Amino acid sequence: MSRKPYEPTLPNTWWLEKPFYIRYMLREMTSFFVGAYVAILIVGLWQLSQGPDAWGSFLGVLSHPLSVIFHVLAFVFATFHTVTWFALTPRTTPIMRGDHFVPPGPIIGAQYVIWAAASIVVLAAVLW
Amino acid sequence: MSKTTGRKTYTRANKPLVWFPFAGGGLVAALMLPVMIFVTGIAVPLGLIDAEALSYDRVYAFAANPLGKIILFGVLVLPLWHAAHRFRMTIQDLGARTSGSRSVVAALCYGFGMVFTLLCLAALLSFW
Repeated sequence: MSRKPYEPTLPNTWWLEKPFYIRYMLREMTSFFVGAYVAILIVGLWQLSQGPDAWGSFLGVLSHPLSVIFHVLAFVFATFHTVTWFALTPRTTPIMRGDHFVPPGPIIGAQYVIWAAASIVVLAAVLW
Repeated sequence: MSKTTGRKTYTRANKPLVWFPFAGGGLVAALMLPVMIFVTGIAVPLGLIDAEALSYDRVYAFAANPLGKIILFGVLVLPLWHAAHRFRMTIQDLGARTSGSRSVVAALCYGFGMVFTLLCLAALLSFW
């Protein structure tokens, strides 16, 4: 241990200092809603395995106004996750074609097409 | 596992183990969660979609089917681990900087992932 150890002085409110940092924090906080929503569905799956009454009470909880408010928020954050995740993909997994990288536009656009298709498939399966 | 080349000793990192569910779960969450949240958390509770869509018999039939089980497991557990890892990193950003607090945060986040993974498995494997 040196006699004068370096002590970082970053305050815990650093992310409030610039709009860019706030956007970063909002983006990372999508993970809270992703985790919470998936955990709720897993509890629902457990209720399903316990029979019709347990499943019914799970649906009852989902109809509670607080639950609907949570899910509206979760929907907004999940969509924010989708948009930011798609925007990052060309940087995290760049695709080479010949001597050049494929430009970001087509990669991002392709993901929106897949997103639309996946959403339509789920809606169609639900409404069938 | 470690490997010695010349003077340096390289230790095999566990990062890929964490990164696969993080990246895979991020993609699955981006594609699937907005429409799923809309259906289960908003549209059915508010009556925009007929409640029959999530009736016990329908959801049970889907979850009893082996293919349905695989789909449910992938759609739930991958985003679960994505969220666990990302939330852990976000809490570190928000001030959990000492080695001790980082370990606690990691244990809580990955523990959350483990508990709900096991609950999901228990539910899916309990009926066929």
